[in-house]
Amino acid sequence: MQLTEKHKQYWNINLKISSILLVLWFVATFVMGWFARELNEINFIGPLGFYMSAQGSLIIYVAIIWYYAHYMNNLDKEYGVHEGELD
Amino acid sequence: MAEITQSQFAANLKKYYTFYTGGFVSFVILVGILEQLGVPNKILGYIFLFATIALYAGIGFMSKTAEVGEYYVAGRRVPALFNGMATGADWMSAASFIGMAGTLYLSGYDGLAFVLGWTGGYCLVAILLAPYLRKFGQFTIPDFLGARFGGHLPRFIGVIAAIVCSFTYVIAQIYGVGIITSRFTGLEFQVGVFVGLAGILVCSFLGGMKAVTWTQVAQYIILIVAYMIPVVWLSVKHTGIPIPQISAYTSALPKVTALEAEFNDKATPKGAKEESVRAIFRDRAAAATAKLAGLAKDGPAFLAAEKQKLTDKVAALKAEAAPDAKAIEAAEKAVKDFPVDAAAAKTAWTAESKVGARAAPTKRHAEAFGVGGKTPEEIEKNRSKAKKNFLALIMCLMIGTAALPHILMRYYTTPSVKEARQSVFWGLFFIFLLYFTAPALAILVKYEVYSNLVGSSFASLPAWVSNWATVDKTLMNIADINKDGIVQLAEIVIGGDLIVLATPEIAGLPYVISGLVAAGGLAAALSTADGLLLTIANAMSHDLYYKMIDPNASTVRRIAVSKGLLLVVALTAAYVTSLKPGNILFLVGAAFSLAASGFFPALVAGVFWKRANYVGAVLGMSLGLGVCAYYMYLTYPFFGVNAPLWWDINPISAGTFGIPAGFLGIIIGSLISPAPSKEIQDLVDHVRYPNLEGDMDTKGV
Repeated sequence: MQLTEKHKQYWNINLKISSILLVLWFVATFVMGWFARELNEINFIGPLGFYMSAQGSLIIYVAIIWYYAHYMNNLDKEYGVHEGELD
Repeated sequence: MAEITQSQFAANLKKYYTFYTGGFVSFVILVGILEQLGVPNKILGYIFLFATIALYAGIGFMSKTAEVGEYYVAGRRVPALFNGMATGADWMSAASFIGMAGTLYLSGYDGLAFVLGWTGGYCLVAILLAPYLRKFGQFTIPDFLGARFGGHLPRFIGVIAAIVCSFTYVIAQIYGVGIITSRFTGLEFQVGVFVGLAGILVCSFLGGMKAVTWTQVAQYIILIVAYMIPVVWLSVKHTGIPIPQISAYTSALPKVTALEAEFNDKATPKGAKEESVRAIFRDRAAAATAKLAGLAKDGPAFLAAEKQKLTDKVAALKAEAAPDAKAIEAAEKAVKDFPVDAAAAKTAWTAESKVGARAAPTKRHAEAFGVGGKTPEEIEKNRSKAKKNFLALIMCLMIGTAALPHILMRYYTTPSVKEARQSVFWGLFFIFLLYFTAPALAILVKYEVYSNLVGSSFASLPAWVSNWATVDKTLMNIADINKDGIVQLAEIVIGGDLIVLATPEIAGLPYVISGLVAAGGLAAALSTADGLLLTIANAMSHDLYYKMIDPNASTVRRIAVSKGLLLVVALTAAYVTSLKPGNILFLVGAAFSLAASGFFPALVAGVFWKRANYVGAVLGMSLGLGVCAYYMYLTYPFFGVNAPLWWDINPISAGTFGIPAGFLGIIIGSLISPAPSKEIQDLVDHVRYPNLEGDMDTKGV
């Protein structure tokens, strides 16, 4: 099984999008948590630090996973590595 | 039967489950009518318990199978949406359903570590593991380790890790089953455990993963309906807005915050009342501490002197010109209740000295890391400790989420890599529905307690308060400490589990909804227990027996072994649970830390680092598990070593040390030994691309 340049490109794009989304995940979790007291000074639907950890970050997580699935499923097609239809 | 296509199959499923949901709603309405006709609550509790267990057993029976592919991975044709629901039920345990809102009520911001940890971990599942595991597509997680790293040892360590963390976790679930059944039907805890177990077993025993999957979808529907109805109702009652996730923050939280400030300000009338109660607690604690010191100094002589003082007081009261009967009675009771010996006195006074904690100011709900301390430096130190532990716990829970085999196994059951990706999205979405409601529920109940219960008179307590106070003192303990006839916040002690269990009553809903909530809690506990038991049985039957002991075993024999083991594991787990071991939250935390340290580094490196090899995997997994278990052993009070903490990290977050150790092990081990063979490197390419020309086949079905 020999991988072509195109295959390698696909994998690099996958690594790139994965890293970007994981950075987002890290910020939504640990950076927000670290600065929770400072963020609580800001008022956005209640104190912002509290709101983010109770709801905001969760919405970001759902969005990250939705975007990843959407993006990768399109990328598969674009690079011809998608699976055959099952029906 | 003619083969139906995947899309027809999905369409049929939608139809079945729509009917099912309609049927369930009608069932709840029917029970509601029975209630109006005067059927007693206990009978309604039994109806809910047995009807739902019969339902799960029925689905299990309809899905019975003897085919290996169906038994282990539900035939790999579970559509993304339904795999998402099954993941949701698999994931959300008794701790999420009943415990979570209570934890948030009691600890405010700091409790959000669980909310974040148990949702954010799915980002790691989606991006780092699920699609690749699906492409690999065998039966178990140790299968992947065995194929990727070669040899029996990585697989064997994987089996051990899967069994240890799943067994720890399943005990917590069966415990939840016992609590719910005993509370709502009046059965003994031990009996409740075995009744619940029967429901779990019928299902997984007959149809393995196939039965468990379709039951979990049914259980998800029940648990989410049961969770939402009371919260929405409560939100409407308090704020007029039917969306608790909005109303709690815009309407209830500001009022809660204002009340907290009032309770903590002695200058306000409410604050002054609170202070009078707190002063009593402080005095009682100080008196007990003084007595303890006296006891330590003079021993039995001090005890005798103390008793003499009380006896003298009775005599003095009796000798008064106009004896006060009530005062004499109270004084005589004090003599009668006086500890008989030094050991009893020590226990009683030590407990009494702790009531000082109830004199603490009201915790501010939205404040992050709001810990106390005597000096500004001490506060700062405690705060940084709390922050560190908050973030460490989130990390362990998240990485543990991405490493628990019963969850990862679910991604083997989708028809394709594409659907595996989508099903992580649906899974988190369905989990999110409950998890973003729990913090809102905690605020709404807090508002009810602070604004309506506090300040009401002891002569006319709200019905839900007096009900729960008589049912279970650990959930609702309320007493007029300062004898003013009015409820103060410091006079109430609430157990976390009360929040979800009592919400229907707080919202003024009929008992049928309480029964529904119990059924939801039961569904949450049973579905998680199902997934876990199956994981353990499969690790033993498939990985240990078939792959390592007898590779020539026939499929009939393999399934028979799996079912036999299922029974043994389930009974063992129920037996261990009936002994009521330790703290549930710790068991859950331990399972996550162990899974994170044992599996995560090897799984991720297996996909993303071609150079990772046999030596690395063995070293990484054993080091990760070893460091994590060793730290728990050192620091968790249960083991009695009580060594000092490393960097103040609590034992529940032992993975903080186990995970880096696991990564370090896999990196060092791989680099000091030769790169893996061409076949293994091809396998890595195989899992990285959903479809390759001339691709190998690892599916095994």
